[in-house]
Amino acid sequence: MTATPIEPTAESGGWTGALRRRLVRTLPPDKLLPDRQPSYVSSWIYVFGVLTIAALGWVLISGTWLALAGPVWWHTSAVGHFVNSMHLWGVELFFFFMVIHLWGKFFMAAWRGRRALTWITGAVAFLGSIGTAFTGYLVQTNFDSQWISTQAKDGLNSVGVGAWFNVLNTGQMLLWHVLLLPLVLGVLVVAHVLLVRRHGVVPPFGAESDEKVSGDDVD
Amino acid sequence: MNRLAAAIDLNTPGNYLHWGVIQISLANLVVIVLMIVVFLLALFLPFPGRRRDK
Repeated sequence: MTATPIEPTAESGGWTGALRRRLVRTLPPDKLLPDRQPSYVSSWIYVFGVLTIAALGWVLISGTWLALAGPVWWHTSAVGHFVNSMHLWGVELFFFFMVIHLWGKFFMAAWRGRRALTWITGAVAFLGSIGTAFTGYLVQTNFDSQWISTQAKDGLNSVGVGAWFNVLNTGQMLLWHVLLLPLVLGVLVVAHVLLVRRHGVVPPFGAESDEKVSGDDVD
Repeated sequence: MNRLAAAIDLNTPGNYLHWGVIQISLANLVVIVLMIVVFLLALFLPFPGRRRDK
């Protein structure tokens, strides 16, 4: 008795094949890495999303450098002070660009065309960024962080989370700032960008017909 | 001019403005005004290399 070989079909391949087909169907390569965009993207207001990501990249690079050197390095080293300043001003630019991106998308009602999840991931990433920035203030290891943490503890205790999220514990705040919150933020930013790729850049009001002509996803 | 310098110099105590119940640091106000200016410029400045055709 001989075993009959299974003929490969379009639907074979086990769970990896099914997952691959699902991923390719959801985000085909020409949507994942497009080489053309609709004409309305040629506007400065569409630049602020990628500027935000560029600033975030700079924050991550300078932040990794600071974390590897230790939280008190920047107090005693001129290079450390410079890297810390790059981290601070990178964050300033990150929020500056992100708020303009938010205004642009809000007045464009960027949740149109089944883009609600894109809007939601962006909004949650914005809130997560604020939390990440706040924990950054707590790990400066100076009087500023001491003052901020003693003020913040009362508010956090009043809502009952002080036992788990102790702003007076510098080690715990350092962990939140350099690992946990950036990890959450990174996942949200990647999801946000993939959703923009999936559904296309939101058209301005009145240009929805252009979007259909250019073949972008409006499902 | 001194107020603008105080807003930029972060090594001095913050300079705060008050209008009734509203209180804001001059540094934050400068940043907000700058964001509004950049937002408006982004809306109205022509994008280089923009083509009118599809």
